[in-house]
Amino acid sequence: MYDLKDKTAVVGIGWSKISRHSGVSVLHLAAEACKKAIEDAGLSRDDIDGVVTHNMRDSVMPQQVAACLGLPRLNYHLEYWGGGPASGQTVINASMALATKLAKNIVVFRALNGRSERRLGGTDERPKPANEAQFLIPYGWTSFAHACSTFARRHMVKYGTTSTQMGAVAVAQRRHASMNKRAILRTPITIEDYLSSRMIADPFRLLDLCIEVDGGVALVLTSVERSRDCKHRPVYIMGMAVGGGPNQAGYDVNTASFSRWLDHSELFGKYIAPQLYHMAGITPKDIDVAEFYDEQTIAVIIQLEDFGFCKKGEGGPFVGEGHIAIGGQIPTNTHGGLLSEGYLHGLSHVAEAVSQLRGEAAPRQVKDAEIALTTHLGATLGSALILRR
Amino acid sequence: MAKYPKPLPLPDKDTSQYWEGCRRHELLIPRCKDCGTFCFPPMPMCPRCNSIDRCEWTRVSGRGEIYSWTVVYQATHPDFRDDVPYVCVIIQLNEQEDLRIVSTLVDTEPEEIVEGMPVEVVFDDITEECTLPKFKRIS
Repeated sequence: MYDLKDKTAVVGIGWSKISRHSGVSVLHLAAEACKKAIEDAGLSRDDIDGVVTHNMRDSVMPQQVAACLGLPRLNYHLEYWGGGPASGQTVINASMALATKLAKNIVVFRALNGRSERRLGGTDERPKPANEAQFLIPYGWTSFAHACSTFARRHMVKYGTTSTQMGAVAVAQRRHASMNKRAILRTPITIEDYLSSRMIADPFRLLDLCIEVDGGVALVLTSVERSRDCKHRPVYIMGMAVGGGPNQAGYDVNTASFSRWLDHSELFGKYIAPQLYHMAGITPKDIDVAEFYDEQTIAVIIQLEDFGFCKKGEGGPFVGEGHIAIGGQIPTNTHGGLLSEGYLHGLSHVAEAVSQLRGEAAPRQVKDAEIALTTHLGATLGSALILRR
Repeated sequence: MAKYPKPLPLPDKDTSQYWEGCRRHELLIPRCKDCGTFCFPPMPMCPRCNSIDRCEWTRVSGRGEIYSWTVVYQATHPDFRDDVPYVCVIIQLNEQEDLRIVSTLVDTEPEEIVEGMPVEVVFDDITEECTLPKFKRIS
């Protein structure tokens, strides 16, 4: 019996504009996204008593957003350091605070000027060669993309995954983004476009990598009881899991190698999927739409395997055969994902899943979407959610 | 002598002996005296048996094989812009399955790299104070 199953719901979603140059402060993006999510929930700012966020030292504190919103009180606040994993953990943590009645209505946000200010891909950065990075930076290993490229290479060597299959992820998601007014990249691409895009860190081409953006996204969460009074149909959180396997490593965004990780053809999902599905009481077949954390294309391929949508090693052919398209077996990243909508980390995936489950995602609506999976990846560890209407 | 134009490692209490070994052209890896486990990057506790302060810096053969790699065509760090394309490798050292070290290759073109390629360490005295271990193909 899981104490948090079906106890909390997402009742509001909101975004500030996604762009390459917002022209405003991160606080502006955060406050605006939160305000929109609160309005979307049909709540007033006086109803909000908790603020939760995550960042990689590129954002603002929950207290600053509380001040902008003029919240009359704070009963809960949390600021996480972290990228992918934290984007799911914020939702899980907010749910825990709601279920224990520490707070009544919590806004969860991620906001950053990730293109016009600090770029998490590492462009122009000189990370400090200290701690584990002392063994990496002197060799020019200076980006998360370098670390994840070794996962892709391993998967290609072990299972024969091809660049064309990785490109199929980029092409499918760009097609989805073309139906998403929020997305920063909306022009459809072909596999030829993908293969001719410039190599960044072999095997990753430009179109294998997520697009850094300025923007903000926010959710409002509340208890299942209170969710019935909100404007839209609630989306319930049915499953949650956090963690990863053995041989973990510390990391900062520019200083990870995961060199001790036992098998680079796997990611965290293999280790947490069983608990996730057990808590939700479902199997992968029950998932109607999946928003996989897609910092690179290979992440989608590996997570399709590790979350049980195809056999281990078959993620490449699975994508190559078109199964991740809207209308396909497992519609994936229906908003375009981090690759095409924008690198807002995973709260944007939760927001899109909510939109789908509400039936409000036209023209990219997945027919009869009832249950969604969202994943939040940090390579060797991460988090995941199962949501339902 | 011109200043070395790229970042140098910043050793700490857990790692300084590694770099001192490199200066002597020795590849030293901490090995737990209680259970024999090698541990890299160095940690203050053995992850297998949790002994503390029982690791000995042990000279390893320097031999291993390529476990995975990338070829960087677009540098993020300004000091590496002139080096592209350059290779980063994860070498699996022969002594233990999860004993792996990040490095680069010498005398090998990117197209020649294959998974499992046997390699051995060479030492590059990049400054008077600092030596970087690198790897070359064993022919």
